[in-house]
Amino acid sequence: MTRLVLRVLAALSVIAGLNYIVWRWTSSLNWGAWWIAVPLVIAETYSIIDVILFSLTIWRMSERDKPPHAPSGLTVDVFITTYNEDPELVLATAEAALAMRYPHTTWVLDDGSRPELRAAVERIGARYLSRGEEWVGKPRHAKAGNLNNALQETQGEFILILDADQVPYPELLDRTLGYFNDRRVALVQTPQYFGNVPENDPLGSQAPLFYGPIQQGKDGWNAAFFCGSNAILRREALMQLGLTNYVSDTERRVRRALAVGSRVVRRARRRPEARDPRVASLLESVERAIAEGTGRLKAGGSIGEATYTVQSQVDSAVRELVAGDLARMTGDLAAIRTELGVEDDPGEDLEGLDTAVDRLAARDLSPLGALESVKAVLDAVSVERLHEAQPVMPLSTISVTEDMSTSMRLHASGWRSVYHHEILAVGLAPEDLPSMLTQRMRWAQGTVQVMLRESPLTMRGLSWGQRLMYFNTMWSYLSGFAAVVYFAGPLAYLLFGILPVTALSPDFFARFIPFMVLNQLMFAWAGRGAKTWRGQQYSLALFPTWIRACTTAAANVWFGRPLGFAVTPKARQEGGVSPLRLVWPQALMAALLVAASIIGIIRWVIGASQGLGTLVNIVWAVFDLVLLSVLVGAAKYRGYDAVAEADPEASSVTQNDASPARKSASLGKQDAYPGEKNAVSHTKEER
Amino acid sequence: MKFAVEERDGYTEVAAEGRLNMVSAPMLRSAVADAIGAGHRLLVLNLGGTDFMDSSGLGALVGCLKAARQAGGDLRIANVGEQVQMVLKLTSMDRILTPYSNPEDAFRDA
Repeated sequence: MTRLVLRVLAALSVIAGLNYIVWRWTSSLNWGAWWIAVPLVIAETYSIIDVILFSLTIWRMSERDKPPHAPSGLTVDVFITTYNEDPELVLATAEAALAMRYPHTTWVLDDGSRPELRAAVERIGARYLSRGEEWVGKPRHAKAGNLNNALQETQGEFILILDADQVPYPELLDRTLGYFNDRRVALVQTPQYFGNVPENDPLGSQAPLFYGPIQQGKDGWNAAFFCGSNAILRREALMQLGLTNYVSDTERRVRRALAVGSRVVRRARRRPEARDPRVASLLESVERAIAEGTGRLKAGGSIGEATYTVQSQVDSAVRELVAGDLARMTGDLAAIRTELGVEDDPGEDLEGLDTAVDRLAARDLSPLGALESVKAVLDAVSVERLHEAQPVMPLSTISVTEDMSTSMRLHASGWRSVYHHEILAVGLAPEDLPSMLTQRMRWAQGTVQVMLRESPLTMRGLSWGQRLMYFNTMWSYLSGFAAVVYFAGPLAYLLFGILPVTALSPDFFARFIPFMVLNQLMFAWAGRGAKTWRGQQYSLALFPTWIRACTTAAANVWFGRPLGFAVTPKARQEGGVSPLRLVWPQALMAALLVAASIIGIIRWVIGASQGLGTLVNIVWAVFDLVLLSVLVGAAKYRGYDAVAEADPEASSVTQNDASPARKSASLGKQDAYPGEKNAVSHTKEER
Repeated sequence: MKFAVEERDGYTEVAAEGRLNMVSAPMLRSAVADAIGAGHRLLVLNLGGTDFMDSSGLGALVGCLKAARQAGGDLRIANVGEQVQMVLKLTSMDRILTPYSNPEDAFRDA
């Protein structure tokens, strides 16, 4: 019944939206003011596509009953990832993890390699892992690298991943492992809920719409995705992903290296240093080796055979050169000795020579190092993935949001995922504006990175439903550009009297108002009481963040520029930057809107503009100001005050009070369901 | 899982017997690491006695290949059973590692 109402509302919203936008494109554009009219209609089209995608999401909202019983005897590793969080916080999470009922092994994966944390972790009976020597000088891949390192060191069939601040409930594993009875299930995601967030959620931390109708809707399309924490994964699926990716990446690199290799060598042979006959003959051998390797591949040989052919031929050429050098050197030394009248012992020398050749011909000391471009090609003609610490990397490393990218690849290779809608862990949200902005920036950048590197729209193996589900999340991060236009609209009329539509006729209102009303009704019904207001505010108010995320991610993917990646601080940042410096574009925009409203009224009084236009645009400006006003509360927010928030009844039903470091512990589970929570959420897909 | 390392004509044969899964994968890694440590360079992994392999086993195979290559040698696989052949195909690993039918053939060209 609920679902039927939702479907009716969704269908009506889409119809009303299309009715409005088609009319806007065909009969309302004020071409005289195209510079604002066209951007506005594009922004509106953007928003309507967002509504259509949302409708599609909730169309299939899954309503799962009780989870299947968890069979006994499964082996489970629990990974708690930490980088620089307070050891107290990590230990509280580790203690709660140890206390989970289903038998498992708890690991703390410390990317900060802190000896004191190791000691403390081992004292409470958990196990400790940090990266080994193989990572020195190789890309670390942040959290994905940390998890990949741990996957190599452990053996459990299932992996529970927890952020350092996510304190699990004792029944977490019992409630989720049963889903894996279906052999095709690779991922079970549970909600992320934060205990340190006051009722009015000034920073928009809770995401009941996302960890609710949106993930449930995606679940219906078999596209519920991995959100980095509070999720259980099947090792077999991850390993398979890592292997498939290893094979395709290696094959691509080797083929490319062989293709450009002969050109690079030929170019090197024309250089002045190649006039030396030793260098010339070495390069000739390399060229021959590359040709033979290419031939092997063409004849249907494996990458392993081809690379081995190339490497072993080059190695023997290098050895020959080194041996020649050493022989000459030994001869010279002997001559010097004779000259100086020192006794000679040729026997010992000869034996040492072989070892010396071995050592000096090895890759790190090879004379080929002098020919960098050639060496780079030869390094790429290998199956060892020398540029990485691990050849097989199960978690995707193409983005700073490894979670979304990994689950997309899992879905593409045919695995299923489950969203289990029950709070089974309580975490900590950022407690100030700068930390919150850093976190949102990272999510947005990561999502855009995935979109640009491995677009779901073209990824093979995904169904169209899955493609649209992933695309929806990416699409929602483009809202910053639309926001700018929505702010510019009222400014254009109030300041200059320019209207982007031909007329504010009954035609306009008759199409616009039904769409708005149906749309709001659909969100309200889907949210089942969760207010979407805070989310609507943030999806427009953070427009500079969203825009910068898009531009930096594009610069990163297309031009290799760094993102300026930062770990979301879990503890409040003391002092620091003035909030005005972080949100000045919004402050400026607000000032402009206020000034424009005043000027707009003056223009109406002196008869320079019409009454209806002024009224509509002032209402629009006020609406924009109300959206932006969320930042005032956010900037003033001084962190969570447990005492002020605690309701005496709620604090007596705690589950995890054992952890004094955590304010979150004072929240009872009863009021923790996102759908029922009074906290607000989002039309935007916030994670 | 049991491993037997034997020196042959021009290569070293590592025979693996049992199930190569996530529990025994680390054992394969250490068996191969030991062989490389003992100076063996051209290794043939005889999988005739391996009746099952999962992706962790394949992962260990890649790790061993990397170790052998970095020591200046190579690791090849031979005598692959039906199930192993299937997982090699599934992950396209057969594009990297050629499965030879007999251990003697593996290094014939080297």
